[in-house]
Formats: sequence, C-alpha cells, structure tokens
Amino acid sequence: MTKIPGEPGTSAAQEPDLPIDAIRPPRPGRWIAALVAGFFLVWLTYTIIVNENLHWDVIVAYLGDGRVLGGLWVTIQLTVLSMAIGLALGVLAAVMQLSGSAVLRGASALYTWFFRGTPLLVQLIFWFNIGLVFPTFGIGVPFDGPKLFEWQANELITPFTAALLGLGINEGAYMAEIVRAGIRSVDPGQREAAESLGMSHRQVLRRVVLPQAMRVIVPPTGNQFISMLKTTSMVSVIAGAELLTVSQRIYLGNFEVIAMLIVASIWYMVLTTIASVGQHFLEKRFERGHHALPTRIRRNLRPFGRGNA
Amino acid sequence: MTTGTGTRPMVRISSVRKCFGAVEVLKGISLDVPVGGVVCVVGPSGSGKSTLLRCVNRLETIDSGRIWVDGDLIGYAERDGRLHHLSPAALSRQKQDIGMVFQRFHLFPHRTALENVMEGPVVVRGVPKDKARTRAMELLERVGLADRAGHYPAQLSGGQQQRVAIARSLAMDPKLMLFDEPTSALDPELVQEVLAVMRDLAASGMTMMVVTHEMGFAREVGDDLIFIDGGVVVERGNPREVLAAPRHERFRAFLGQVL
Repeated sequence: MTKIPGEPGTSAAQEPDLPIDAIRPPRPGRWIAALVAGFFLVWLTYTIIVNENLHWDVIVAYLGDGRVLGGLWVTIQLTVLSMAIGLALGVLAAVMQLSGSAVLRGASALYTWFFRGTPLLVQLIFWFNIGLVFPTFGIGVPFDGPKLFEWQANELITPFTAALLGLGINEGAYMAEIVRAGIRSVDPGQREAAESLGMSHRQVLRRVVLPQAMRVIVPPTGNQFISMLKTTSMVSVIAGAELLTVSQRIYLGNFEVIAMLIVASIWYMVLTTIASVGQHFLEKRFERGHHALPTRIRRNLRPFGRGNA
Repeated sequence: MTTGTGTRPMVRISSVRKCFGAVEVLKGISLDVPVGGVVCVVGPSGSGKSTLLRCVNRLETIDSGRIWVDGDLIGYAERDGRLHHLSPAALSRQKQDIGMVFQRFHLFPHRTALENVMEGPVVVRGVPKDKARTRAMELLERVGLADRAGHYPAQLSGGQQQRVAIARSLAMDPKLMLFDEPTSALDPELVQEVLAVMRDLAASGMTMMVVTHEMGFAREVGDDLIFIDGGVVVERGNPREVLAAPRHERFRAFLGQVL
C-alpha cells in the first residue's frame, strides 16, 4: 500500500526528503550595474597607475622616511591621548548631566554648548595663543591671591600641549552626548533591581549601568576615534609636527605636493583600517549576553547596519 | 487583622499616602505583615498595589505615613522628635534586607544566571567569590536551574528568568521578599513553575508580600488577602474566606472579572 507524503497518519520516518533546489530568476539589472561598476573600477585603477604625474617612485620612497614615521608617531600619540581626555571628560560631563543638582547639570550643558558651538580650528588656534589672554598659570589662592607655583604660558603651551587641550576638550563635548545616550539607553528597571540588592549609586553605575551602556557607547566612540585620527591633521595650523605637518614641510622642500599628500593619506588609511578592526573586536566584547538574539535581528539592531549578505 | 499574636510584625504600614503629581494613588493605607506571613495584595490595575509594594523598599518615597520593616523605619531616622532623611549608604543597607522580584525580571543581561545570583553578595557584602559561587549554585539548585548556571538571561525562558531573579534576591538572605506581579509577564504555561518556587519559599517560613492576579495562589498560600481599589484597602481577611464570600460589592465585581 502506498502512502501520499504529508497525509495524516504518515509517520515522519516514512516521509521522503524534499530538498529545495530551486533556480533563481534572472537579475539583468543587477548584472548590468555590476558590469558598469566593474568597468569603472578597472578604468580608474588604470589611469592612476599609468599617470606619470603621480610619481609613484617618490611615494614609495617617502612612505618609510624617518620624518614621515616621526609624524605618524605624533599622530598616534595625539589621537590616543586626546581620545582618552575626551572620554574622561565625556563620562564626567554625562554623569553631571544626569545628576540631581541643577548647578552640575548647568555646568555640563554649558561645556557641551560652548565646545560644540565653536569651530575646532578656532579652539586650536586659541589654545596655542592662550598666553595672550593668560600670560602665567599658577597654583595658589584663587582671585588674585598669593601663588604657590607659577609658570609662563609660553613655556607650558607647545604645539603638542595646545593640540592635546584643543582636541581633548573638544572631543569631551561630543563624548558627553554619546555617553549620556548610552546611559539613558539602559532600562530603568536595571537600576531598580541593582538598588534593591542594596548597591550604592556608584556600584549601580559601575557594575550595572555602564557595562550595559557600553554596547551603545562603543560603536560611535570607535567612529569618533577613527574621525580623530584624521582630525589631528588640523593641528597643522599650529605646526603640530604630526603626519600632515611633516608631509607639508617635506613638499615645501621637494615640491612633490601630490605625492606627499598621498604618502600621508596612505598612512591615515592604514591607521583607520587597524582602528576599524579593533572596533569590531571591542563591539563583540560588549555584546556579551546578547547572543541569543537571531543573527539577523542583531545585525539590524547595530547602529551602523553593516553587511546584509 | 494580623495573624501574629502580639509579636512585632515584619512589616508595619501605617496611614501611607502617596501622590504622583496631582493624583493620589495611596490614600492612607495601613496593614501589618507578621513574621513568616504571606500577604497577597490584589486589585485592579492602577489601584496602587504595585506602588504600595515599591514604597516598602523605597523605590518610591511616600508623602505621609510610616513604614517599618523589622522595626526599622524605612527611609528616615527619628531623632529629637523630628524625621531625618537617611544617608544613601543607610538606605542601601535597608534595601539589602528586602528582596524584590519584578514583573519584568530585570536580570542583568550582561551576566550569566550564576553571575546574576552572585552579584549582590560579592559587590554589596564583599563575600569572597568562591563562597558566593557555592551559595549561588545552591540557590539555583533550589529554583531548579542548576543546569542553566552558565546561560545568559536572553537564553532563558521567562519563567526561568524569573526563577533566577528570585534566587538573586534570596542570595542577599533577605528578611522579607516583595513580589511585584511576578507572573504577569509570563506565558500561561510558565506561570506554575514560578508559583511553585514561591510556594516552597512560603513553606520555608519566608515573610512575603505578593502583588498578584493569581487567586489560586492567594487562596492556597496566602495568610492574608488585601484588596486595594482606588488607593484604599477595600477588603481584607483570610483568603479562603474572603474569596468564598466577598463582603464588598467592588471586590465581588473584581473577582467576577479575573476569575
């Protein structure tokens, strides 16, 4: 006696496998678009390679130049240190913003308002010339009281310290918003559950709120870091000795303007690529406990919806 | 109204009033929970029953009245005939002794079930990790989830999450457990596993205040049933008696809707 597959009463063991091996419908539009894009890429690569004005030999020669590598090192230092300052100021400002005290909230709001409201370029030039406003810095009694220590602004403010101040304080204003959004993204019930266990405010923040806020904070912070790698090039207006300043100094001597800009750009791209990989692993680290969600939902939840394979 | 006999109650709530803006949600509520007693609080949504529970461990402040837990005035210290706000540290200390189970569990999603249960003792009490781990495993065993110790909350069903949440509260060795609609967010087939854990807990002598819609649980486990509507206690008494013969029309109408 034969049985019809799927008929009630047919046991699973007797049912045949029904593999789905379907043929996809043709996608001529997609093929043509891919062809056009492919052709364009090949053509672009060709024109760049055969273009003699780009001086590839010069570019290769200067990629490992000692001055360029020195500038690269300054760029890395500036990025890491000013992001560290920015993150510290950002967390501080965000926590102040969520405080019960109106004075603390106001001070934090004033900080973000001022430093997001004025151009970074202006801030950098300002910090570099701060000696014009405050010729000396001292530690002592406030409001013109006696000073314990005193320094000349001109000795304290080098292009490097001015760059650190400018980049770090400016970054803090943006990080404050990112951290605040992260903290607010945490379910208020989490705070209540932690308080119910008897945790202090500090413990609630450190053990429960911040670790969860990190999931929201890390992706845009990675973005800020990558952005900062390139923003450091603005320091060239105060002769910061970073990658772009150094490249400019070299092309003022050898007139290889485009070649030197390409040298700098290649290094910037190397740095941003490394930072992107680091960001990926950091994000994975803070997704702890969220792996039960199906992959596709998780992908769609990411702030920067990557890869829809 | 208490079933206690002259001994100090675990919880004494006295003329408690609470406003949210212009709306008064608790209009003078008084009740006692004896040591080891199980009080079930029922009422329509918006009646103030959850608010009352949240006032007991000071997730909400009250506008007037007094709440004592085990003889300690909640939230304030009385000196020289005046009330003084407790310091944040003293408030945290009071909360350590009161366990709270939420409708939506609120497990820490970035920690495993075991880590959730260890968190309180390790962070708040400074218990060494290996000791806390042993105790946490015992508690997970007690709620029937020892085999899920390494799972993150998102990998557990609602019922399992709620049982871990109960274990997390028990890890602080509370004198009193508060349950705020512990089964209301669960699929129907998961309700019983949570109620079973709560039944065991009641049998072990834990003092419990339970805001719930589970009349069966109230009838079976409760020592007292409190029906709150419009911010006042409308009906109270032995659950088996009042459920069989409700005295007030409002309670009768409510029971008609939930049963």
